Amino acid sequence: MIKKLLLASVLVPAAVLASGPELHLDKAPVSNDPAALQHGAKLFVNYCLNCHGASYVRYNRLTEIGLSTDAIKDNLMFTAEKVGEQMTIAMRPAEAKAWFGAAPPDLSVIARSRASEFGSGADWLYTYLRTFYRDPARPTGWNNVIFENVGMPHILYELQGEQVAKISEKDDGHGGKAKEITLELAKPGKLSKDEYDKAVGDLVSYLVWMGEPVADKRKAIGKVVLAALAGLFVLSFALKKNYWKDIH
Amino acid sequence: MSVDEKMDNGRRQLLVATSAVGGAIGVAAAVPFVASLTPSERAKAAGAPVEADIGKLAPGEMMTVEWRGKPVWILRRTPEMLESLKKTDPLVSDPGSEKPMQPEYAKNEYRSIKPEFLVAVGICTHLGCSPSSKFKSGADSGLGDDWFGGFLCPCHGSTFDLAGRVYKSKPAPDNLEVPPHKYLSDAKLLIGDDGKA
Amino acid sequence: MTTKAEAVINWIDERFPLTASIKGHLTEYYAPKNFNFWYFFGSLALMVLVIQIVTGIFLVMHYKPDASLNAAGVPVAFASVEYIMRDVPGGWLIRYMHSTGASAFFIVVYLHMFRGLLYGSYRKPRELIWIFGVLIFLALMAEAFMGYLLPWGQMSFWGAQVIVNLFSAIPVIGPDLSLVIRGDYVVSDATLNRFFSFHVIAVPLVLIGLVAAHIVALHEVGSNNPDGVEIKKKKDANGIPLDGIPFHPYYTVKDIVGVVAFLFVFTAIVFFAPEGGGYFLEFNNFIPADPLKTPPHIAPVWYFTPFYSVLRAVTYPLFGIDAKFWGVVAMGAAVVIIAFLPWLDRSPVKSIRYKGPLFKAILAVFVVAFVILGYLGVLPPTPGRTLVSQICSVIYFGFFLLMPWYSKMDQCKPEPERVNFK
Repeated sequence: MIKKLLLASVLVPAAVLASGPELHLDKAPVSNDPAALQHGAKLFVNYCLNCHGASYVRYNRLTEIGLSTDAIKDNLMFTAEKVGEQMTIAMRPAEAKAWFGAAPPDLSVIARSRASEFGSGADWLYTYLRTFYRDPARPTGWNNVIFENVGMPHILYELQGEQVAKISEKDDGHGGKAKEITLELAKPGKLSKDEYDKAVGDLVSYLVWMGEPVADKRKAIGKVVLAALAGLFVLSFALKKNYWKDIH
Repeated sequence: MSVDEKMDNGRRQLLVATSAVGGAIGVAAAVPFVASLTPSERAKAAGAPVEADIGKLAPGEMMTVEWRGKPVWILRRTPEMLESLKKTDPLVSDPGSEKPMQPEYAKNEYRSIKPEFLVAVGICTHLGCSPSSKFKSGADSGLGDDWFGGFLCPCHGSTFDLAGRVYKSKPAPDNLEVPPHKYLSDAKLLIGDDGKA
Repeated sequence: MTTKAEAVINWIDERFPLTASIKGHLTEYYAPKNFNFWYFFGSLALMVLVIQIVTGIFLVMHYKPDASLNAAGVPVAFASVEYIMRDVPGGWLIRYMHSTGASAFFIVVYLHMFRGLLYGSYRKPRELIWIFGVLIFLALMAEAFMGYLLPWGQMSFWGAQVIVNLFSAIPVIGPDLSLVIRGDYVVSDATLNRFFSFHVIAVPLVLIGLVAAHIVALHEVGSNNPDGVEIKKKKDANGIPLDGIPFHPYYTVKDIVGVVAFLFVFTAIVFFAPEGGGYFLEFNNFIPADPLKTPPHIAPVWYFTPFYSVLRAVTYPLFGIDAKFWGVVAMGAAVVIIAFLPWLDRSPVKSIRYKGPLFKAILAVFVVAFVILGYLGVLPPTPGRTLVSQICSVIYFGFFLLMPWYSKMDQCKPEPERVNFK
């Protein structure tokens, strides 16, 4: 019984960390397909990299998602000169803070930091980037379903179009009232809903890749290491048996 | 009864096999640690080729650019300076640049692609100090009447001529290193990459 | 006739006790032959210590304890960790080994301590081994706490902020004490640098010294075993315990099996789940430290949570001093009281195998209470949870403080003459 309890305490999922209001996140279609990652990288550089840096990521790392050095130089590098440079922005943090109230965070590890008991960081980002809506009460004119009173305007609105919100109250199941927001597309953008979801999925896939570019390599090496250790376990166990046959 | 006496064949084979596999895993485990001692991506990025704009460099002037954290000199030599190299030929230890301190394309009497421009790593081949420029010739230089202009290393007194060739009987063993470089245009020089490596 | 190799060894032996040390600690150190699964965790703890020291040495080569902001507006310390993860060849693996190693250390040490509890390994003549062990546990907590500040993420910062403020609860000297610990009015660059110094130099030195003392004391009195009987009481004509076998080769080959099995689990986590579901690397710690913004919920890393729950369980002022102080006292006492076990246990037998139903039941309740305390420690407090943690804290202390009575009146079975083997 004691062993079972100890085991249970180790296996308790992160879900027990629950706190605050519940978030309903959509499952992000994270992909490690190079085409998706390259499309995501392009969106990232065009839409995000103006205000957010990814200052731990070097441009030449993008060769790992199948881009050539020349392609990176020609299509993705607007501010940097050398392909070994990091994805930084021209805006200085202090200025950014003065303009936006808070400096836009560096996005290098954003996908890792946004994970919670409600879903992965990718799920959060995927939901976040698809739930902006028009809110005249906000200085930017935009609000967000899962990030209330967000400081960032909807950067991708030309792609998604403009959504408006219907806000109603419903029973939250614990005797209180919960705000429920449903979104409607008021003005279509350049992309259809499916195309937009796919584009955001690619962008989020890129953000996940950027959070830990070594992840795929890590798992590949891990399989070899585990296989080698399994072999060593068999050998060392046989060796132990052999020695211990003398002990009675 | 010692353990050795009971060393049967099966046990010996198991011991050898376990040690071999365990040793191999141990060596593999050392790989990331040794790798972490090699230059990082940051160091490699800092070591990337650098472009130098030599369009505004006047004759007789020298500019210094940083490549892999080291000073690289670009000296635009005047005709007199080039002439002085003939006089220093008998005074330097490796006048023909026989030692491979320069790429093949700079193995000539001026140690350069274009005679006018000397490109050299400004690090003394003795113990790594950066020599200072002593372009004035003759007694004015403070280096004696037979000084034809060149470089003096402040650390141990090695002297180099205007092609970076080391004088005889000095601590430095070799001529100054000429880095790989190429001309992108008449006014643009790329240091660290000659398109050959 | 002596060979060259023997001659060299003789030369050394005349100047340094090489052969004698190998005999005393390995080839002629007689350990009971009936060690079970629980006896792996001592050697595993040593193994993890080595992993932490080696990976730590290499991390220090690249890490920078600097809270100032770099050109991109990120704290240098935080950025240097990502530099290790991305730019340093192999750095990600070394870092994950170190971060996973911290949690592995506590898992192994908790199981090692529980083994002691099961088989009465703290009883006479092993009291000093036990006390050294408790000191190792304390040093380990200090080491882990200070190491956790170094990545300079949100959890690093606010965790340190909360724990350092605990010291300010101590009457009279408290506020000045926490100021001296931080070296500033808030957790800052000064704090980061001193924690770095302690984490990489001071505490590891203490830790290694204590581990050496722990092992020397153990080899002086000899190991306990699952039956809790002294093998030295029954010796053969040569003075060798009848139930003892040389540590080398028998326990070296056995411990290698344990080490390989451990490494299998360890590398599986390092390569496939280095975040440990948010327990080994907390998600909020991927956000750089921001002294102006506390994350909505902060919890200590899992291995501190049982003691953190005890801290939060104390909500009543006493003797005119507020609850905060008594919470700190309770938390400290919860650790220190473990050191008194050798004198609290009055049972006629050592091992759980021969103890009666009363002790077994109380031990089971204690383990459940400890796990619940750990579980509640990661959750934000609610009145209901506080009540549960208060009950569990009472059980925790009751287990120790009532032991002199219940261990004596328990219905124990007689201990055997010799150990049970197979």
